[in-house]
Amino acid sequence: MSIGFWSGLALRAWAVLVLLFLFIPILLIFFYAFNTSNIESWPIPGLTTKWFVSTWNDPDVRTALLLSVQAGLAATAIALVLGSCAAFAINRTSFFGRDAVSLLFVLPLALPGIITGIALNAFFSFGGVTLSLWTIIVGHATFCMVVVYNNVLARLRRTQGSLIEAAMDLGANGFQVFRDVTLPLISTAVVAGAMLAFALSFDEVIVTTFTAGAQSTLPIWIFGQIRHGILLPEVNVVVSFVILVTIIPVVIAARLTGGGGTARVPAAR
Amino acid sequence: MGVRQAGWIRLGCSAAAAVITATACGSTAAPAGPTLLVPPTAKLAPQTSIGAGEGQLNLVLWDGYADKTWVDPFTAATGCKVNQHPAGSSDEMVSLMKDGGGGNWDMVSASGNATLRLIYSGDVKPMNTALIPDFTNFQTLFQSPAWNTISGIHYGISLQWGPNTLLYNTKKFVNPPTSWGVIYDPANKGLVTVPDDPTFIADAANYLSKTKPSLRITDPYELTQPQFDAAVALLKSQQPLIKKYWTLPTDEISLFQNGDVVVGAAWPYQTIQLQLAGAPVADTIPTEGATGWADTWMLATKATHPNCAYLWTKWVSTPAVQAMQALSFGETPVNTKACAEMETRSPGSCKQYHADVPGSYFDNLKFWKTAIAQCPNGNTNCVPYDQWVSAWTTIKG
Amino acid sequence: MSTEAVGRPRPKGGGAVPFRALLWRFPWLRPVLLLTPPMAWFVLVYLASLVLLLITAFWSIDPFTTQIVQVWSTNNFHTILSDPTYRIIIGRTAGLAALVTITDIVLSFPLAYYMAKVASRRVQNLLFAAVLLPLWASYLARVYAWILILNHTGVLNWSLQSIGLPAANIGYTNTAMWLVFSYIWLPFMIIPTYAALERVPDSLLEAAADLGARRWRTTLDVVLPLALPGVVAGSIFTFSLTLGDYITPILVGGAGSQFIGNVVYSNVGIANNIPFAAALATVPVVIMAVYLLAAQRLGAFEAL
Repeated sequence: MSIGFWSGLALRAWAVLVLLFLFIPILLIFFYAFNTSNIESWPIPGLTTKWFVSTWNDPDVRTALLLSVQAGLAATAIALVLGSCAAFAINRTSFFGRDAVSLLFVLPLALPGIITGIALNAFFSFGGVTLSLWTIIVGHATFCMVVVYNNVLARLRRTQGSLIEAAMDLGANGFQVFRDVTLPLISTAVVAGAMLAFALSFDEVIVTTFTAGAQSTLPIWIFGQIRHGILLPEVNVVVSFVILVTIIPVVIAARLTGGGGTARVPAAR
Repeated sequence: MGVRQAGWIRLGCSAAAAVITATACGSTAAPAGPTLLVPPTAKLAPQTSIGAGEGQLNLVLWDGYADKTWVDPFTAATGCKVNQHPAGSSDEMVSLMKDGGGGNWDMVSASGNATLRLIYSGDVKPMNTALIPDFTNFQTLFQSPAWNTISGIHYGISLQWGPNTLLYNTKKFVNPPTSWGVIYDPANKGLVTVPDDPTFIADAANYLSKTKPSLRITDPYELTQPQFDAAVALLKSQQPLIKKYWTLPTDEISLFQNGDVVVGAAWPYQTIQLQLAGAPVADTIPTEGATGWADTWMLATKATHPNCAYLWTKWVSTPAVQAMQALSFGETPVNTKACAEMETRSPGSCKQYHADVPGSYFDNLKFWKTAIAQCPNGNTNCVPYDQWVSAWTTIKG
Repeated sequence: MSTEAVGRPRPKGGGAVPFRALLWRFPWLRPVLLLTPPMAWFVLVYLASLVLLLITAFWSIDPFTTQIVQVWSTNNFHTILSDPTYRIIIGRTAGLAALVTITDIVLSFPLAYYMAKVASRRVQNLLFAAVLLPLWASYLARVYAWILILNHTGVLNWSLQSIGLPAANIGYTNTAMWLVFSYIWLPFMIIPTYAALERVPDSLLEAAADLGARRWRTTLDVVLPLALPGVVAGSIFTFSLTLGDYITPILVGGAGSQFIGNVVYSNVGIANNIPFAAALATVPVVIMAVYLLAAQRLGAFEAL
């Protein structure tokens, strides 16, 4: 699509400014991982790599990281199954109350985290359930499910029903249709949903505060360190590490999905 | 709605209702308001001896209360591995210890504004002071203080104490301020910080007890409605002067470090950390006196490692550990024998931390306690803590 | 939607046939069976806990023991409605949430347009990854980085003063919160907007141009209405996430920065006054319910 020179320039400039806005604080996080002092003040007093060593040796960091990964994987797995089920059910069926159900499924993300947190906390304590890794997973799975549901549903809406019908006309039974036609069509949406769900679970702190017992996930550990104030650069080291580790999967996911999983839609339907 | 969906929803609702009624019937409220309230765990007799350690100990505590220096020797001697969960505020401690610690926590190092709440909610149980040999060496005030001993039953063992000081920037205040009035002075607009804690109302009341004697405030934690309203009004007039209400000690340290504030209410911990970092600050206790805090190690009702808990309490009550903790954190030991230990480690520190003061020193220091409706004269018209909390919300704005 | 062709050869296998026949005979069985596990989860866990919270809002606590007294009363709601403090706090929270949403829309739309319509395929992928990446840097760490930027001797003041401008003391103010919130939720607004813009067919834009519309006209009359569902979908996130947050006001806010979430949090933690916290928590729920209904009308749910 043709766009004028000045408009194009303005758009590019705006894009650059917004990206700078997004990334300057992150660059600061990287930078302060090398801070000699444990108090963050500007300008930076000096540079050192000692925090990398101390973070590597810190057992609390490992435990927190491991717990976050475990909770994230479990919550994402549950979310994948239940979220996809819901998306399949809602897509292309209409029953009275369907709107209510789709409204219901948006609630865990739309309602503030503190409400979900205190509701679940009260629920668990009334039910006599001790807070543990499982209660954390229950809390996370609830909103992860919604993310997967949204992604899969959005993709299902964009797939052409005629493909499914053609497959059936050719003699495939329900399972074969699912395995050979539907699944490949939605696979990238499932992956995107899973990644986003894992990201949400990994960084979640509000609901986790209310559903965790003695356990510390990574965000809870970070929150504790921010209060402690003594090991603050370790937080920067851990966060920088997480960012670097996730660059590759994020690029891959971007390529698989929104970045152009489908070509620019040709004619409107 | 389709029949099926309605059916499922009905099932879900009845399931939910069943859960609610089944468990709600279990929790009953204690009867309110007679003159002397009995804590729910008063009848639980504490253990009479310390058995073998269980190998683990889970603590809710202030940051720095279980430092490697005295934890490692403890673990080596008793085999109890210490897991700590630092809490940033008394409120957080109360919240974590809900339901007797829930089986997650064994002990909590509660300050005086949390102890009564913990006791009356049944989250902590009585402890046997005979099992702590150093108990007899404690300063008299801290053996059976009102905030952890009720009707002669000890709900914990005192640990350390400290004053709530006036912290100021020495460049801005060349002469140390002599009155708490500086934090209420409009000349310092936008340069003041005070704790984000409803208990701070007591500090305002304490100030008023000296500056407005007509109000006749004798105990800043037991306020009648007019006295309470006066304190709240003072704090509301202070709100425009506040840059930020600090929730964590590290908040206040940053505020002073960056020059965002120049005066405020603090603990000695902040002063020490700031001075270590080279910031130009000092603290003082003004003429009106101050409030103070005293911490108690309390045993959770549902503690799963009680023997390790008692071994730990014994350990941290010894003079050497008391001295180490005082010097490391910036507070004062309750054990009178700790003074000598502090002198060997850091000469002059015993006097600096007021570890050798006589009992009369505490007359001008009003230690934290939770406000309950029961007044000392037997009336029940003192303002209880939940109203302090709602008033604090209106103060902050 | 009848999908079974008549006269289809019968498939092999015994027990599976009756089940498939069931599915054919009762087509609504398929969505119901699929919907049961997630609905069971939602109703038995999530909804049940929300209902429990709502019921708790009508109870109160005994001031001596802080145990919950299960006596039905509307005192909590009465306090919230009558005391001006809570109205101010609710107004501040909703107002700032709206401001943050508008800011994010303004910031993200040109970028999303650039990504969807102007950038090459490779740049598109790169930019999408670049927008997703900050979500992996911990929320807490990013907010903390902003404290460093905005405080009295921080990056912002240092930069301003080094070029001769006066220091902008916006640390620990509502302005600081506005900045930080707009920053944190920006990716959540960019992604649905970009997805919606990407779905706008180029042919439509070309058709509009053929009919004589200038670029601005095309943007206003063709692009914006088609992108609206995506923008509204993104606004659901920015609005609700700001509405319920309490951590950023604690870290970046000053005096007079309390949010609904802070009061709820302090009532849960300090006073153990869960009934009052629950009553206050119904306010953002009601606000969001209204917002979601409006969003559904605007088609946002199709664009999430």
